[in-house]
Order: sequence, then structure tokens, then C-alpha cells
Amino acid sequence: MTATAADPTAATERQADKVTPEFEGEIDEIITHYPVSKRSASLPLLHYWQNHFGSVDDSGIEWIATKLELQPINIYELVTFYPWFRREAAGKTIIRVCRTLACAMAGSYAVKEQFCSAVGLDPHVEHHAFGSAPPTTADGKFSVEFVECLASCGSAPVALINNTLHEKISPETIPGIVDQYK
Amino acid sequence: MTAKPFVMPPPHAKERRIIFENISKPGYDASIETYLQHGGYDSLKKALTMKPVEIIDAVKASNLRGRGGAGFPCGAKWSFIKFDDGKPHYIVVNGDESEPGTFKDRYILHYDPHQLIEGLVISAFATNTHLCYIYIRCEFPDAAAIVWKAIKEAKAKGFVGKNILGSGFDCDIYVHQGAGAYICGEETSLLESLEGKRPYPRIKPPYFPAVLGLYMKPTIVNNVETICHVKHILRLGPEEYAKMGSAGDGGTRTMCVSGDVMKPGFYELPAGSVTLGELIFDICGGLKPGRKLKAVIPGGSSAKVLRADEVFKIKVKGADGQMVDKEIKMLDVVMDVASLGSVGTMIGSAGVMVMDDTRDMVWALNNLNQFYAHESCGQCTPCREGSLWMSKITTRMLDGGGQGADPKTLLNVADNIAGRTVCAFGEACAWPTQSFLAKFPEEFENVAGSNGSSS
Repeated sequence: MTATAADPTAATERQADKVTPEFEGEIDEIITHYPVSKRSASLPLLHYWQNHFGSVDDSGIEWIATKLELQPINIYELVTFYPWFRREAAGKTIIRVCRTLACAMAGSYAVKEQFCSAVGLDPHVEHHAFGSAPPTTADGKFSVEFVECLASCGSAPVALINNTLHEKISPETIPGIVDQYK
Repeated sequence: MTAKPFVMPPPHAKERRIIFENISKPGYDASIETYLQHGGYDSLKKALTMKPVEIIDAVKASNLRGRGGAGFPCGAKWSFIKFDDGKPHYIVVNGDESEPGTFKDRYILHYDPHQLIEGLVISAFATNTHLCYIYIRCEFPDAAAIVWKAIKEAKAKGFVGKNILGSGFDCDIYVHQGAGAYICGEETSLLESLEGKRPYPRIKPPYFPAVLGLYMKPTIVNNVETICHVKHILRLGPEEYAKMGSAGDGGTRTMCVSGDVMKPGFYELPAGSVTLGELIFDICGGLKPGRKLKAVIPGGSSAKVLRADEVFKIKVKGADGQMVDKEIKMLDVVMDVASLGSVGTMIGSAGVMVMDDTRDMVWALNNLNQFYAHESCGQCTPCREGSLWMSKITTRMLDGGGQGADPKTLLNVADNIAGRTVCAFGEACAWPTQSFLAKFPEEFENVAGSNGSSS
């Protein structure tokens, strides 16, 4: 059968097809951390998968379930519960602005809008759906989203950008912060 | 992996740094070499010469209370478990730190991970536990890497793993990362999460962690700061440690202050040594120029809010030993478990959020309502539906759509959540609404419309 644009299975890349022996070796190592029950490894495996592939697709859910001798629903129900996991890839740099009270009092709503403007996103597009990618720039470089309390209320407002926490953010510091990730 | 440089300001005269003693030293870093230069693992060596029960007795005598929020006496928690029956049991360290207003464990995990590991191995030895997990929220990715590295360093030196320092005691420690859900800070939810399931809290009874915990085995769940204190109880001796605090609340307590103060931050203070007024005006430098204090949330966002001009009637023991009524102003309330409890709120995680007279209380409550609506796990109907409706109502009020009956409706919803859920999240999301409405009724009525009837 010739693949056409109308064929929904055509150009779909399955993440599980790209699993390498090295990748699986890391997974096997993680599972050893849970000598009592390997089901406990489902969260760390999801993290490892998402860090590697950028999101968790159906094939990933099935692969992890098979690896842990579980049903796909046992993994799917985690992906749909935890805000951290995504079914679609986000931008290369994810700007997570803290939304909760101390940061909000220190201006986090304005900070989020300024981050959006600085990377070229519409600041007023809201992102609610769990699992979908947060608003992302067309070039795939940046995503910006609100997250709940990042536990750094004393240095509000804060944002977690990839793995780095930025504190006491102000309109003046935002362009410089964004430049670090361009 | 190292954390970015952090310089702790010099201590205030009222501070007594135990947990943060090393972190405040210039040049102190997270490596095991540095830790060993500062007396690291000496308490563990001492512990291994003691009988496990002596360590548990020391923790009891120290009056250490949990630093995570519930404030349960740590020694009592440990005593619920039979350690010598040969059955497996576990310790899980709660590093999910996600109660808004709380930000102390973050610094321990990033800057002094060996302190936590030493406290944990001592706790494991005392309770004959051979497998421990440190649950760290995934929004601390560096912390997870730092603690992992520290565990490996400690293992290489024989402080963790098989036959620790030749004692014959084995203990393995692993880091487990969360995935962005506040509910996982609730101990039974955390255990479900650690078992790889949807983290719906378990109903108590029967699922007390001490009875049916991780993998349905007896389990101790303690906060990061609590476990660190165990090391210092052995180092200082339980009497000395208990003496630092107030009656029934031993040692130091790290208070996190955020919001409208000049010097927000965390301050390690002897438990019960300061009043709210001293904390805000003396230690945190007071409010911004020209501002007046309006409200304080004293123990993380779930704690009931206090109004600046409130006067409480509390019962105190008089000179003749009889209980007498005494009036006390909000700013004179002592920051400890008993005092905050007696004025209808709680010390919780000691996350103090300060609001000045520029703050709109409907706006502030709405912010918290949105938080709880987002974080409700959805297991119990009153909480899942109620938290969302409270958030929708306060959002509508702020958007100019207030209706006369809104305050009553909000209260009705909140009253029907608290006490009707599997876990304490129900109270946590109802208390802000109940207390904001009780303490600032005029602000809600103004936004709702003046007549108070449904419109």
C-alpha cells in the first residue's frame, strides 16, 4: 500500500522503534532500584523516556508497560495524571513560570506575559489540556507555561527553565535570560 | 552536578543554625570531602556504637516533631513499627516540598545532601531498615542529581550499602522523582506514587503507613528536614536539643517567609522562640515603606489566614494553676505548634506568607483556589468538584461577575469538602476559603454585590 497524506498510519513515527540497546541498558539499570516491585519503576521510566524522546507516545506507553509486565493502561493512567508528562513534544527550551501566591504577588503573571513576548508567543493563549504541548514557538525553540508552586517563594518571582531555576525575575532581566537559551 | 552558588546571609541574632550551620559557611559545597571536613558522618559512627532502641529513645526525648506540615512527634511515629520481627519495612523521605510558601528542603537537598543521607542512615539503623527511598519532586532536577551523586560518594566510603562501616548493617538508598503533582506530598499518595500507581491517597484507617505502607509493609515517612534533625539529636544529645525548643516541640524549626516583607527568606529559629510580630518586623525587616500589615498565612497556603488586627481569646494556665482566659494580639502569637493551634490555625510547614494593605483578598484567595483546583487528585467527589467550583466562583467574582450569594455559596462548598474526603487535601483546600471569608467578609461582599441575596 502506498502511503498517502490521508492514511493516518502513514508518516507516524513510533518512538519505540528508536529504542537502542544502550537506552534499554539504562532502563534495566533503573529497574534494579526497585527490588521489591518493578512496577515502581514506571515513573522513572517515563521520565527517562520523555527526557530522551521529548514526549511519550502510544508506543512508549506500550513499550514501558511490556517492559514492566503491566498493561498499557497502568502507564497511560500515569501519563494522563501527572502534569509533567506530555503526549506531544514541547519546545527545546521550556520556560515554566511559577503561578502560585508568593510569585503572583511578586508579579509572575506579568513575568509570564513578558517571557511569551520575548520569545514571540501570544501571551494570552491559555494552556489547560493535560498532555498537550504548552504553547510553543513555530521554530520549536521555546515553550512557555505556568506551573504551580516551585518552592522558592522567598526569591519570587521564579521560573524553571529546563533544569535551571531563575529567581527574582524582573522585566529588565527577562531579555538576558531568554538570550541564554537562543 | 553542582548547584549554582548560594550565599546564605549572616544569621539574625535570634537564629540558631543547626541544619543550616554548614550551608552558611563560606566555601561549603555538597561534596563528601567537604562534609567530612565538617564532622560529617561522625554522628553515624556514634550511632553504630549504640543500641537501636537507644536512638529511638533519644529521638523521643528530643521532642522532635515532623517538619513537613502535620507536626507529628517523630519518636512516636517510629514507635508504631515493630522493628525486630524480621519482616521488611521501609523509610521514605518526603522531599516533595510543594506546599506554597515552603522552600527549606530545596536548600538542604541542593547544598547539603550528605546531611540528609547521614540522618537517613542513622534513622534506618535505629529502625533496622534496609531499604530507603528519597522522594524528590521533579521540579528539583538538579537536587535529584546531587543527592544521587552524594549517595554514590557515601557508598564508596562505606556509609551506605552493605556492611556499613563494618557494623554488619546493610542499607540501600535510592532517589525517586515525582512528576509535578502536589498531592504526592500527602504521605499515602506518595507511597502510591512510589509503587508506580496513580497517586490517589489511601484511606486511614486502615492504611496508616506505619501499618500498611509501601508495598503494604510498615513504613516511616518523614520530611527531609525532620530526618536531618536526627543527626543533630545524636550530636547534641536529646536533652540539649529539646531544650532549644519549646515544650513538646524540640530543636530548631526552619521558617520560610515570603510575600510583602523587606527580607523574605528562610530562618532557622529555636522552635517557639519568636512571635509572628518578631518574625515579620524584627527578623524579616518589616514591610515595605508606607505599607501596613493586612494578613498572614502562617503555615503554608493550607493554613487558615490570620488578620493583622485580630485579637484572640485563648486559655492559659494562670499563677494558681487554673486555666484563665487571656487576650492576645495576632502579632503576639508564638510561632509553635501549640500557640498557632490555639488561635485556630496551624504552624504546618512554617511557610509564612505575608500580605500588606495593597493586597486584594478575593484575588489572593482566587490564586489559592486555582492552585487547589489544579492539584486535587480527583479521587473524592467533594474535593474534585468543590475545589473547581470555588475556583470558578472566585474567578468570576474577580472578572466582575460577582453575585450576591457568592460568599454564602463559597462557604457552603468549602464546608461540604472539609471532613468528607479520604485525605487532608479536603481540609487544605477548604480552609483558605473558610478563613478568608470569615476574616475578610466585607471584601467578598463588596465584590459579590451589596444586598447579600441571590441575584
